Amino acid sequence: MTGTSDLDVAYVARLARINLTADEAKIFQRQLDNVLKYAEKLRQVDVTGVEAAAHVLPVFNVFRADTPGDWFTAERALSNAPRQANGLFIVPKVVE
Amino acid sequence: MTGNEVTAVSIADLQSLLRRREVSSREVINALRERIEAVDGDLGAYLSLDIESAIKEAEQANVDLPLGGIPIAIKDIINVIGQPCTCASKILTGYRAPYDATVVQKLRAAGAIPFGKTNLDEFAMGSSTENSAVKSTRNPWDLSRVPGGSSGGSAAAVAADEAFGALGSDTGGSIRQPAALCGVVGLKPTYGRVSRFGLVAFASSLDQVGPLTKTVRDAALIMNAIAGHDPQDSTSLNEPAPDYVASLGNDLRGVRLGVPKEYMIEGIDPQVRAAIDAAVKQFNSLGAEILEVSLPSTEYAVAVYYIIATAEASANLARFDGVRYGYRAENPKDVLDLYGRTREEGFGPEVKRRIILGTYVLSSGYYDAYYLRAQKVRELIRRDFDRVFEKIDALISPTSPVAAFKLGERVADPLQMYLADIFTIAANLAGICGISVPCGFAELDGHRLPIGLQLLGKPLDEARILQIAHAYEQSTDWHKARPPVASNSPKA
Repeated sequence: MTGTSDLDVAYVARLARINLTADEAKIFQRQLDNVLKYAEKLRQVDVTGVEAAAHVLPVFNVFRADTPGDWFTAERALSNAPRQANGLFIVPKVVE
Repeated sequence: MTGNEVTAVSIADLQSLLRRREVSSREVINALRERIEAVDGDLGAYLSLDIESAIKEAEQANVDLPLGGIPIAIKDIINVIGQPCTCASKILTGYRAPYDATVVQKLRAAGAIPFGKTNLDEFAMGSSTENSAVKSTRNPWDLSRVPGGSSGGSAAAVAADEAFGALGSDTGGSIRQPAALCGVVGLKPTYGRVSRFGLVAFASSLDQVGPLTKTVRDAALIMNAIAGHDPQDSTSLNEPAPDYVASLGNDLRGVRLGVPKEYMIEGIDPQVRAAIDAAVKQFNSLGAEILEVSLPSTEYAVAVYYIIATAEASANLARFDGVRYGYRAENPKDVLDLYGRTREEGFGPEVKRRIILGTYVLSSGYYDAYYLRAQKVRELIRRDFDRVFEKIDALISPTSPVAAFKLGERVADPLQMYLADIFTIAANLAGICGISVPCGFAELDGHRLPIGLQLLGKPLDEARILQIAHAYEQSTDWHKARPPVASNSPKA
């Protein structure tokens, strides 16, 4: 179900891997239609020949020496894991 | 000195008290703890405290260091090793930071004690702190009103003497707007001035960490500790940081300030407008020259922001999938079910809305119309600032078009909430620095509510806006006013 914009909340939520209830999708559809309607004002702007902004200051190609240093141990990296075993994160089976 | 007297002082004054041994760092931590116990039940500024670690650090404090023995509250989106870092989201329930953010390392190196994690809108997405999945924080000036956001916990804690100073993060106004609504000072540094390493990313091209403090001098003291290049953050600028405290002074002769005509819009509350008009006169009497300037692309800033910030957020928040840390949905039947339900159950409505909007504006067929166009308009906004900064040293405007609004007043209408950031957002899009300082009060329903004045400066010109803000502050008494909750009465 879509509203006043091209946005289909239920479809995009699936792309973003967020399950939504039908009620939630309906409310978000109305709210985000409003936001997109507001954003339509950008169509009035003449952007011919304007380069898209990347970094706001002239910073390019940041290099550093490729030197090894101390970082997380496996144990520390796993310290917040919802499930772990044998130094690995445990997730549901992905491949049959 | 009583506990309440200790917690009421500025960082600069606390520094002198500690160095003269009139109070010990341990006593300071205890005074803060008592203060928090007395008022935080009403305010809800803090999400977590670790008094034991703070006392341990206080006992070893070297008060000769720039911030030696001084506790600083940290917005709960910045990693402090061993402490929770929840971003006020259910999806990070139980998470403990495995490392210190660079800003926290730098605070520690300056002798400060990271003390307590403050409330925020979930993942810093909001302007009222009502989007916290844990609780709403209340404004110390009127408990029925919001403290602003997203760094609402940091702002309320500083305003109510529950913190001497705090770190916040500012993606579209999240330091300056709550500072204004709570009557404290808040500085958003130039993009890249302060490291983002260890700040949980919301919109990586806009986020900056900065201080919230009782005075401008205190903001300069914290900036001295946290500014500078960080090899761990490739977007941090490899430029030397000046001594921000040394540049403070009271003379504004020869300073040129611009008032952008596009910022004096219809929607500004008349009391806010009157306070800004009075401040402009005050600047003039201090010797500053006032010029009217034009930033023609201003009206597009909010729309540009809500496309770029949500696009970046949709990518940044993809990491919260229930696999490596944080919340995981129970009994997933497969990996897609694990992602979909973890994110359904773990994120609040505003975060979901923004991820969906961000995914949409980046999706095939809509990228050019929304994201690419927004990036181009962003460049026009940046050029507006470049052009006016050829003629002036800083811009003056209100920080927020209104004083603190009521809890619940704007939650049902995201667009109305977004418009709360109308004066602060452009600075993030252009990467420039900005500060909010108290400049008066509005009277609403028998309550005095603080009004904030915003000064925007050129890239890397923090020293200048601190100097201008300091001169103004020292010529007024606004920063000395204390909210009712900060008085010695047991309950507000």
